[in-house]
Amino acid sequence: MRKFYTLLAREVQSYFYSPIAYIVLVFFLIVSGVDFYFQISFMNQRPVPYSVQEAFFNSVFFWFAFVLIFPLITMRLFAEEFKLGTIEPLMTAPVRDWQVVLSKFFGALVFYIILWVPTALYFGIFQYVTGRPAAGSSGAYWGSYLMLLLLGMFYLSVGCLASVLTKNQIIAAIISFCAITLLFFLGLVQFILLDVSSATRDLLGYFSALEHMGTFSRGVIDTRPIVLYLSMTVVMLTLTYQAFQSRKWRL
Amino acid sequence: MIKVENLTKRYAGQPAIRDLNFEVGKGEIMGFLGPNGAGKTTTMRILAGFMPATSGRALIAGFDIFEQSLQARTRLGYMPEHVPLYNDMRVTEYLDYRAALKGVPHRRIAERVGDVKELCGLRDVEKKIIGALSKGYRQRVGLADALLHEPDLLILDEPTIGLDPNQIRQVRELIKNLGRQHTILLSTHILPEVEMTCSRVIIIHKGRIEACDTPENLLSQLRQVGGVVLEAKVGKDNGADELRKISAVRDVTTDVDGEWNVFSLRVESGADVREEVFRLAAARRWTVRELTQRRATLEDVFVEITHADEMERSSI
Repeated sequence: MRKFYTLLAREVQSYFYSPIAYIVLVFFLIVSGVDFYFQISFMNQRPVPYSVQEAFFNSVFFWFAFVLIFPLITMRLFAEEFKLGTIEPLMTAPVRDWQVVLSKFFGALVFYIILWVPTALYFGIFQYVTGRPAAGSSGAYWGSYLMLLLLGMFYLSVGCLASVLTKNQIIAAIISFCAITLLFFLGLVQFILLDVSSATRDLLGYFSALEHMGTFSRGVIDTRPIVLYLSMTVVMLTLTYQAFQSRKWRL
Repeated sequence: MIKVENLTKRYAGQPAIRDLNFEVGKGEIMGFLGPNGAGKTTTMRILAGFMPATSGRALIAGFDIFEQSLQARTRLGYMPEHVPLYNDMRVTEYLDYRAALKGVPHRRIAERVGDVKELCGLRDVEKKIIGALSKGYRQRVGLADALLHEPDLLILDEPTIGLDPNQIRQVRELIKNLGRQHTILLSTHILPEVEMTCSRVIIIHKGRIEACDTPENLLSQLRQVGGVVLEAKVGKDNGADELRKISAVRDVTTDVDGEWNVFSLRVESGADVREEVFRLAAARRWTVRELTQRRATLEDVFVEITHADEMERSSI
């Protein structure tokens, strides 16, 4: 377990060695800040039937930033080690393959969580300034952040798989960007293709990240998406592990 | 310490190494020689547990490198070719990380990292970012990393490649000193280095072991080694014909340097013909300015072994 923590610590630190971390952090702060500002100024113009917090997590800005960050976070995970050749000292040290795979995934997850911490401040500031809560209930906060964590885990695991397949970071980024965008649009099909059968639309609806976020940000904790995202994360990480191991035989 | 049995590795059907069998005993410094593409790096990567062999097996300190990989890997220190390192970390930081990864107990990390920095001369650059280091220092960081967990066995792939002559001497000294406590397998194509440091040598060519012996034995087995160089004024004599009359001389090549003739004599192994050459020169009244025996080097062995098949082919 100690080796896992050693690996994990390096993974998290390595984000802050490279400029990528700071670029992502700044980009993300700008987009989420603009998002927050727009929602409030929009609400100042007319009454709306939802809270600031709900609006924040369901806006176009939010989703735009959301799908973009995953390729940026995950592209270097394995690809960089392959490219630099540092995979050789890494894998000749007495560490297990699963320790390496999981440390990379959780390293990315820790960075992803760090990314979201400032947004919690927004709601605190809102409450402090206006004297009113930003959400309908405390459950809405829990729901939104739980869904962020679940979606994050799934999309990061997709990114891990993309990165383990190539030693070119750009290719890894493109693969994960395409995969995540496709997954995201799969959930939109039900709104676009109105003439497909209702069974198909219902099925696609189960994959809709938009819908899941909508439910969870109202504070409704549905177990179905929880099972979906956790199991998909496990599947993706298993595939990553398999691809990582098969590398030895393809050398 | 190392035991290799019928080790074979194919890349997409193409054999890179075929049926390697050798053993390295405790405390030996084994040199691994061969032209580029002979399979040195492949063999070392397999022994270090980086990739599996297609068939055959390798034991490190009694542990199968594939079946009991973790136990085997804790007992060896490996320095890969070109020394890949995390360029964005600082030297001490990197060594601390590697020590923890290799299972050095927490309270001993500072001590071990300090020791290897001292040993490899990294004190001056300990706070520098690895990406800013020169090639020589990177090499030393790689070596320090391999030594961190006090492994019984060191596998060093081209430890002196890309270094300047001073650095090569330093690294060679370091390896010699390490050889007192560790078993070392090192690959190189700098031959004088092997003669100076290694107790035994394996010559690998086209994926096969062509020779495995001490440097001295390899030299004595050479079919035609060295010879004698004679620089003389021979007047009207045909020097080469006269010299060929000496029984141990196999071949004479002639060169001219101004009014001096330079004869290179190839002689049968073990024979010393200098005395006979002197008598001949004295009898024929040649003026001699040089008579030296050229000592055979490992380079001759290497060239003979790795070029043997090409020479045979060209003679047909």
